[in-house]
Amino acid sequence: MGSKKNLLLIVIAIVVFCLPLIIESSYYMSIFIVIGLYAIVAEGLGLLMGYAGQVSFGQAAFYGLGAYAAAILATRCQWPPLLCVCIAPLLPSMVAFIIGRPILRLREHYLVLATLGFGIFVYVLFKDLGTLTGGPSGLTGIPYLNIGSLTLVTDQQYFYLVWGALGLTLFGMANLTRSPIGRVFKAIHTSERAAEAVGIDTASLKLQAFVLSAFLAGLAGALYAFWVTFISPSPFGFTSSVEFALMVVVGGLGTLWGPVLGAALIVGLTEFLRWAVPVALPNAGGEFEIIFFGIIFVLIMLFRPKGLLAIEKSSVAMSHPTTLRSTDA
Amino acid sequence: MLKRSLLVLLCLMLILAIVGCGKAKTTSEPPAGETKEAYKIGAVVDISGSAASLGEPERNTLQMLVDELNAEGGIDGHPVKLIILDNKSNETEAVLAAKRLIDQDKVLAVIGCSQSSTSLAMVDTVTKSQVPMVSMAASAKIVTTPEGKQQPWVFKTAQSDIVVANKIAKYLVGQGIKDVAFLSMNNAFGDSGLKNFEEAAAANGVNILLKEKFEATDNDMTAQLTKVKASKAKATVVWAIPPSASIVTKNFRSLNINMPLIHTHGIGNQKFIDIAEGAADGVIAPMGKLVVAEQLPESDTQKPVLLSYINDYQEKYGSRPSTFGGHGYDAFELTVKAIEQAGPDRAKIRDALEQITGFPGVSGVFNLSAEDHNGLGEDSMVFVEIKDGKWHLLAN
Repeated sequence: MGSKKNLLLIVIAIVVFCLPLIIESSYYMSIFIVIGLYAIVAEGLGLLMGYAGQVSFGQAAFYGLGAYAAAILATRCQWPPLLCVCIAPLLPSMVAFIIGRPILRLREHYLVLATLGFGIFVYVLFKDLGTLTGGPSGLTGIPYLNIGSLTLVTDQQYFYLVWGALGLTLFGMANLTRSPIGRVFKAIHTSERAAEAVGIDTASLKLQAFVLSAFLAGLAGALYAFWVTFISPSPFGFTSSVEFALMVVVGGLGTLWGPVLGAALIVGLTEFLRWAVPVALPNAGGEFEIIFFGIIFVLIMLFRPKGLLAIEKSSVAMSHPTTLRSTDA
Repeated sequence: MLKRSLLVLLCLMLILAIVGCGKAKTTSEPPAGETKEAYKIGAVVDISGSAASLGEPERNTLQMLVDELNAEGGIDGHPVKLIILDNKSNETEAVLAAKRLIDQDKVLAVIGCSQSSTSLAMVDTVTKSQVPMVSMAASAKIVTTPEGKQQPWVFKTAQSDIVVANKIAKYLVGQGIKDVAFLSMNNAFGDSGLKNFEEAAAANGVNILLKEKFEATDNDMTAQLTKVKASKAKATVVWAIPPSASIVTKNFRSLNINMPLIHTHGIGNQKFIDIAEGAADGVIAPMGKLVVAEQLPESDTQKPVLLSYINDYQEKYGSRPSTFGGHGYDAFELTVKAIEQAGPDRAKIRDALEQITGFPGVSGVFNLSAEDHNGLGEDSMVFVEIKDGKWHLLAN
């Protein structure tokens, strides 16, 4: 099984590497870039939700903090872009570290509400700190990213950067989840009380997961800023937070590839529907896309309630033999 | 494990399928038969999401115009294929939609978007791909580079906020008002208004005694207006769009504040009057000529354009078009005019756009040039007053 898995990984790596060579269209390349960016955010959130068992509806705020930190350093302080990408994720990490302790004491609905509130708070800051963030009209003039003398102008080049970052993220995540710490995370996910009872410092571990998820979101945000070269508060609002959570849940909680699949599915579906809906219904706008989205997600939740890539637990299968059969069919 | 491998494989196949689709699509150009090859124009519009009230009339207008154009034989016998995509008022989606139009559909020019932020997000894409873009949004930043030059590939049809700000400042001076209170909504529109009005006021010797903000979703602005009432301001300028613009107006009247209330072009549709429920009477605002088209003097070169647009739109959609639809009208007509002159060549279309002068559109008479990619001056706006729930043209 191990060699089979490795072979599959190599095939995936080769396919990803070859994509920019086959695809000339900057449109398809951009779809993959967006998938890559969202997948990095979703991987971090996946660690938090799937392993540490903590829900966050404020992830877009960290994504935005990374983007704004990078953009402000690059435009107002004239730092070299690559350095900005490396430094920017530290801001959301620090913020996560500071707010993590009090916020992660909360559980379930209260945690959801607190992270949601945090997300809205940061969004308001983006809008109101006009002199620093450019306010609601946004920040223009973000330079292109360059590595040495190579400026990343084409989407093909940017694809390698983003998917390289995603590859590193996945590699780190795979190692982390297989390590003793990863198993402890799973223990917290299964039962926080039981984990505490056997002497695990759950508070500190949850905080670590929270900080790491913020770091990854910030990294994706910084990469986004240098890709579009313009940012305004609107992509970092509440709806984006919900979308990130959706990617994790649809892909499968507690899986390595789930968040990537979730990101690919949501971005791919949006683009497909943008093309398909006007063909089917000429006068329809995006609101119809939302209906199709809804139908697809209801179907996924009906037939694969734990997400597409999650292995159905035997206890679930036992208590719902019919669902098991229908998913096998 | 097997199931998971299968799923991953399925994903890969999906990726390949998407790529395959792309390849197939680019090769399936319309066959060159008896009719000439279609000219493709793309549009990215905020049809749904937070800016839907702007995007919908724009989409309707574009659709109507392309149908009319094709019924009349298109451009030099070439039918025009207009591909309208919805960006859901989302910047990332606007970028993807623009790339789709440019790379997959190979459009000659891109019209869009409805908002300043979504338009700004597309600027880099069209500049890199060297495709002319005509935005329907207001912010002057869309057509300006960080160095203060005009963006080479980007044009826009909505009046810049500085034009509106100057117009208001001059009106105030004309009325002998020197001290004003300024209220703006806390978003890109209000923000740009505040900045530009500060400039215009300073240039015209008007003092802003008080600056207050409110959120687009606020339901009560009494707190801000109480400060206005207590101040020594002689007039209030509000930079907002409905519904908040209407709510300010209602609160303003219920507090019995006794000074002129001046709004901006942001209130340019019937919705403002309807939501304000009578409080709108007496409001003064600079505005595109669309709302008072019938009252314009016959000498106005825009009058025939405005009347025919209103007529056609009303016939097709059963309601009077809004200012935003007018921005869509101008974007489409300017693009078509440029293609007529330049033929199917993106760089030549850009050059042709830059040379359009004296073109009467809905938002004004366009005089585009290398130094001005908007081409609208203060004469593109008139002052209107609301009386008995109707717009009335004020004599200048």
